[in-house]
Amino acid sequence: MSKAEATAMPKGKASDFLGKWASLIALVAVFAFFALRMPKMFLTSSNMITILRSISITTIIGIGLTITLAVGGFDLSSGSMASMAGSLVISFIVWYQMSMWLAIPLALVLTMGLMMITMLLIVKFKIPDLLATLAMMFMLDGLSLTYSGGGALSEGMPRPNGADTLGKISQTFKNMGQAPTIIIIMIVIVVVVHIFLTYTKYGRYIYAVGGNKEAARLSGIPIYRYRVYAGLLAAAFIGLGGVLVASRNMSAQIQGAAGYAMPAISAVFIGRSVAGAGKPNAFGTFVGASLVGILENGLIMMSVPYYSLNAVKGVVLALALASTYYSSTSDN
Amino acid sequence: MKGISIEFPGVKALSGVDFSMKSGEIRAVVGANGAGKSTLMKVLAGANAGYTGSILIDGETREIREPRTAKMLGIELVYQEVDTALFPYLSVAENIMFNSLVTGMKGRSIIRWGRMRKSAREILGRLHMDIDVSRKVSSLTLAEKQMVLIARAVRERCRFLILDEPTAPLSMGEVEELFRIVRDLAEKEGVGVIFISHRLPELFQICHSLTVMKDGTVVANRIVDKDLSTREIVNLMLGRSFEENFPKIPTAIGEVMFEAANLFDEAGKVKNVSFTIRGGEIVGVCGLVGAGKTELCKLLFGANRMKSGKVRLKGKALAIRSPTTAVRQKIALVPEERRKEGVLVTEPVYFNLSAACLGKFCGRFSFVKKRLEIQNAKRLVSELGIKTPSVYQRLKFLSGGNQQKVAVGKWLTSDSDVYMLDEPTKGVDVGAKRDIFQLIQGLAGKGKAVLYASSEINEILAITDRIYIMYNGSVVAELPTGTATEEEILFYATGGNK
Repeated sequence: MSKAEATAMPKGKASDFLGKWASLIALVAVFAFFALRMPKMFLTSSNMITILRSISITTIIGIGLTITLAVGGFDLSSGSMASMAGSLVISFIVWYQMSMWLAIPLALVLTMGLMMITMLLIVKFKIPDLLATLAMMFMLDGLSLTYSGGGALSEGMPRPNGADTLGKISQTFKNMGQAPTIIIIMIVIVVVVHIFLTYTKYGRYIYAVGGNKEAARLSGIPIYRYRVYAGLLAAAFIGLGGVLVASRNMSAQIQGAAGYAMPAISAVFIGRSVAGAGKPNAFGTFVGASLVGILENGLIMMSVPYYSLNAVKGVVLALALASTYYSSTSDN
Repeated sequence: MKGISIEFPGVKALSGVDFSMKSGEIRAVVGANGAGKSTLMKVLAGANAGYTGSILIDGETREIREPRTAKMLGIELVYQEVDTALFPYLSVAENIMFNSLVTGMKGRSIIRWGRMRKSAREILGRLHMDIDVSRKVSSLTLAEKQMVLIARAVRERCRFLILDEPTAPLSMGEVEELFRIVRDLAEKEGVGVIFISHRLPELFQICHSLTVMKDGTVVANRIVDKDLSTREIVNLMLGRSFEENFPKIPTAIGEVMFEAANLFDEAGKVKNVSFTIRGGEIVGVCGLVGAGKTELCKLLFGANRMKSGKVRLKGKALAIRSPTTAVRQKIALVPEERRKEGVLVTEPVYFNLSAACLGKFCGRFSFVKKRLEIQNAKRLVSELGIKTPSVYQRLKFLSGGNQQKVAVGKWLTSDSDVYMLDEPTKGVDVGAKRDIFQLIQGLAGKGKAVLYASSEINEILAITDRIYIMYNGSVVAELPTGTATEEEILFYATGGNK
């Protein structure tokens, strides 16, 4: 791809170059900065693992959103949907004493079912994505709280109707959310989705629909079917993100995954320009999440108070977006 | 207007046009596509600042370099696309009185609704238009929107009103109503009306005089009376020049391959269309802009909804529900709006060339075999003479003609039976046009059925074997290309009847 892009690149455009590589350069620069500043603290293998672990859930939900954005959609409800998946999986285990090997697939299938409602709103009723998923966000929030009886779900906690719970959360389920398992899961997903989007017919069609719906339709691509496929796939990853949040917490907290939604979207946008892809891509999302993760990690080490970190994330997102949109308008 | 000229990069759009009219006159301006009618009117309305020559009103020379000046002089242009000039969320009254809302407030910031509604109602009453002024413009019909625009124009002490193809989207009854209003304006208020239209018969009903334009010049000024005939106007519009000298190679024409019977679409833009195409035959569908050619192509491709009708390919009845099924049944469409509908401009050449038939290059688990794909793309690029540094180049960096070759090229791999091309030479230079023509002939040579839809009569005559002429959604005539003349085609395409 890189050789291809090099030949396709119009000659001598500094802004173009910056637009294509800004995110990666920023990633390397930020990494180098912290590494030089605090070699003993930052540049240790245990800290690298900490960073990777901290970005894994954001990345996995971000991968779901990458697919949604690649097909030309948008999703505000991913946090609520992931929280719902978390409630479902914990309830299956502690209320119904299911094994995690049954509980997790079942939770993911149900999450995909909920995504079908979103797809119905978007594809059948033609509601713009932003508004449809806004409505879904509220629906899912209410639905998951109603389901859990307005509170958190965890081992040993009685059900809303007073019944005792007998299910135990297994060590394997707990391990899923720990390093190294969670990191391995993340890396496998990034690689598989990257291959899927770049090298398969389905990935190609998803980008075609996202690039120009009408042209894709008049090329004979069933655009609505692909929208739905992409949505379901995204739901699976968002659901998995929620399951991992539950695994880390050993419980399903109220809106436990809500905090991951916006960082995940940011990661997709920061990664959009990686390697000149100019479109949402799995590897880019990983880079985007890493950039934010490294910043967070390094700044905390430098004693920047945690409550100021969002400001830094906002600046990074703004810069990434500026570099993408500025260069894409100047060369069109 | 005297000696008006204007040049755009590469073309002289108007050269030395003289145009004059009296107040209270209704003047028609006619001409084929690209004759310069709209350009001339835009000069008058201040939308084309770069003209040379002079404009005189009441004997005084006026410089009209911006729309404001034109408005101050009382010249109003109502564009064909009414929606671009209206505010859908505001009421009829606000839309009519919009200019006074912007410029006439003089430091006041409170809108006097009562007064505004009253003046709007007065204007509508003067024109005998019956529209409730408190309705939102978004709820109006096209005809009503046009009336609102005319009402707005009239409010501005209008002296000259230019209507650019006002009747194209209107039904018969609505056209009558528009004519009544235009006549009232001319007779009672002394407004000079310039009327641009492709539909010649209606000009006889409404216009006093007529100006014919061709290739950026005025070729005739005539009084509309009994001696003037549609045929005469058509002859004036065409003149005697043929731009195309394309050598048509006769191909072996086979059995009937594709047939359509009694097609109607849901939007009412295609009415009772039937035709056949034989294998190896290039059939032209000719008609003016808005005659329903694009709608017919999209209907056959499953992109627009069919109300009734039958389509057969090689004798087998087809059910075309969507473009996806159309492609599967070996029908290809090169749509009119290239950048919007035909190609993916942000994607590279090879991506576009395989977008319609990616399945051909897929191996196990639908993995794309990039090597085969690139090979095919390279072959097409050299066969079609697509000028691009490499197959990895993004399409937006290619010229219009080369983009169009890609739009056609993507269907060559799919090996379809029926190729429909909608205005394939739009915005394409002469060299690319020749390449595209050769490409189309090549398709016919392979025994494909080709449908060539265009409003360019020269092209239709140069490339096709047989011609269907559309007017107002229906096929009004069928002619063999060998004996057809431009006059004859234009006669039918403008609604003429023998």
